[in-house]
Amino acid sequence: MSGEMTDTDRPILETRSLGKRFSIGTRFSAEGRRTVHAVDNVSLTVRRGETVGLVGESGCGKSTLARCLVRLYDISDGQLLFEGDDITSKSLSELRPLRRRLQMVFQDPSASLNPRRRVGDLVAEPLRIHGKLSSREISARVAELFDLVGLQPDHVMRYPHEFSGGQRQRVGIARAIALNPDLVVLDEPVSALDVSVQAQIVNLLADLQEKLNLTYVFIAHDLSVVRQVSTRIAVMYLGSIVEEGPAEEVFASPAHPYSQALISAVPVVETTPGGTRKRIILTGDVPSPLNPPSGCRFHPRCPIAAERCRTERPEVVEYRPGRKVACHFPTISPAILPAHG
Amino acid sequence: MILSVRDLKVSFRTDDGPVRAIDGVSFDLAESEILGVVGESGSGKTVSLLAVMGLITDPNAIIEGSIRYKGRELVGLPARELRRLRGNEIAMIFQDPMTALTPVYTIGWQIAEQIRAHRNISKSKAMERVEELLAEVNFPNPHEAMSRYPHQLSGGMRQRAVIAMALSCNPALLVADEPTTALDVTVQAGILDLVRKLRATHKSAVVFITHDMGVVSELADRVMVMYAGRIVERGSRTELFSDPQHPYTRALLGSIPPLTGAKPRRLPAIPGSPPSLLRLPQGCAFGPRCPVRYEPCLTGKPDLGAATHAAACFRVAQA
Repeated sequence: MSGEMTDTDRPILETRSLGKRFSIGTRFSAEGRRTVHAVDNVSLTVRRGETVGLVGESGCGKSTLARCLVRLYDISDGQLLFEGDDITSKSLSELRPLRRRLQMVFQDPSASLNPRRRVGDLVAEPLRIHGKLSSREISARVAELFDLVGLQPDHVMRYPHEFSGGQRQRVGIARAIALNPDLVVLDEPVSALDVSVQAQIVNLLADLQEKLNLTYVFIAHDLSVVRQVSTRIAVMYLGSIVEEGPAEEVFASPAHPYSQALISAVPVVETTPGGTRKRIILTGDVPSPLNPPSGCRFHPRCPIAAERCRTERPEVVEYRPGRKVACHFPTISPAILPAHG
Repeated sequence: MILSVRDLKVSFRTDDGPVRAIDGVSFDLAESEILGVVGESGSGKTVSLLAVMGLITDPNAIIEGSIRYKGRELVGLPARELRRLRGNEIAMIFQDPMTALTPVYTIGWQIAEQIRAHRNISKSKAMERVEELLAEVNFPNPHEAMSRYPHQLSGGMRQRAVIAMALSCNPALLVADEPTTALDVTVQAGILDLVRKLRATHKSAVVFITHDMGVVSELADRVMVMYAGRIVERGSRTELFSDPQHPYTRALLGSIPPLTGAKPRRLPAIPGSPPSLLRLPQGCAFGPRCPVRYEPCLTGKPDLGAATHAAACFRVAQA
């Protein structure tokens, strides 16, 4: 591979040392006013056409990061760039033309769809707000979208409660793609669905990505689903990215002890009896981001933590373009190092 | 045999007519055996175990069939008798630990109360036992944890506290309803380890309800797959996972993305969604979604048969 920038290499979205702080409590509460660093110093690049999977335990800041990426939250530190354009502090009116290009799909489709409106109406809403289409053109576009996401044309007159969970998520996806966005951030889009329905939605997302040339940021706690849909993976722990790389490589040879523990903890169906995998069981819980540990934030739970990890926070090291690890003692397999010559 | 369930049927009278949530479920459970019950929402996995626990109190529920615990019939047993068994010999843990904990008392107080409800021992003796139990479920600092309130613990720690409570009277039967579904995989791994350890030390029989095939394959000795209120396949873990027979089991296993090896371009998905119990299809309930259905499936309901590894499917019976 040469260093030439092709169209697919160009970042569509980029964060530079992005941080999000929340202040909690009031000056009257016992501990006074405090600050939580929900997302801390995240530098992530999303290239056109790829799917970046964000994984980590609950409370690691992946959903907060997702909301920052589409500017549903204001950003506290660092920068957010969309197609090279700094949108960190753009006002709501300046953001408006961008909104159609940056969309989001949420976990619980029944919470994000207004129960009192017909689904045809719900899908038409973004078209009315952003487009300059006639009502006839809007109906045609809604019919087209229903077809794209695998819903029947006569479903437009139904209400959200008349659908199953999988169909409701299809409506949520139709809404998100209505305006031909470039980037869709999907926050746990299949987690609320029945196992037998998850695969349908995963396939639908893959089909839409191909047909509409979409870029995804995909969040899920089910690691096998993330591996299936993602081209690249970023593993988050306590607000920061601890490892990043091509999806299959991160799963096959994780370098950070946290990624190793996380992946080894996934229960898998063993078809051959006796073939059990080595499991790393982490002790303790994710520490509170209100009071993060010193040094490497993973050190209290890390099976290989040394003295250095308690005092010095590891920098993110890029072993080769796109393959990053933040650990003093990473497991560097030959696959991670750049090829010679 | 700890538990023998025969032809259990549970229906509910509703405004839209009777709904049969469980339609003829039979299974046995031996001492220190872990039975995994897998199914999607509405498959009847939770309702069938609630019936076993005598926890279906809805006046519109109709429970038929036989549930024998150590040879004693539980169906029709007075509530007082059942209460003596529950918590003492039969314990249950749920998906959300907060359903079993009150926010206004400390963990130690709550577990001690549970012990004293079934055993005639002093409060200080009960507290000593609580500390042992919390150590057993891997609380790093059991003495300190006793004085904590549920809101001061993480989800994983709360679930451990509930497990400690369930174990407080050495139950012969432990029913766990999706106890790890709300937890992170790292925490789940610890809880599964704990269940395995308890089976070894307490010789408890465990019924573990989940929707996760991976969890079942790591934990269970025998597995029951449920769909729309019926058992569609049962067998030992090895039989079920290395030689799945029922098209539903096969399809479900096939639709799980692999964690290693090559990624399929598309996942083999099951079309449609699980049927509503109010509008069950004629014949086999999986029929409309089944890739190998043929005429008999449209009218008859296939039986499971008596074999240890059995599938309720006309195609399997025919082969």
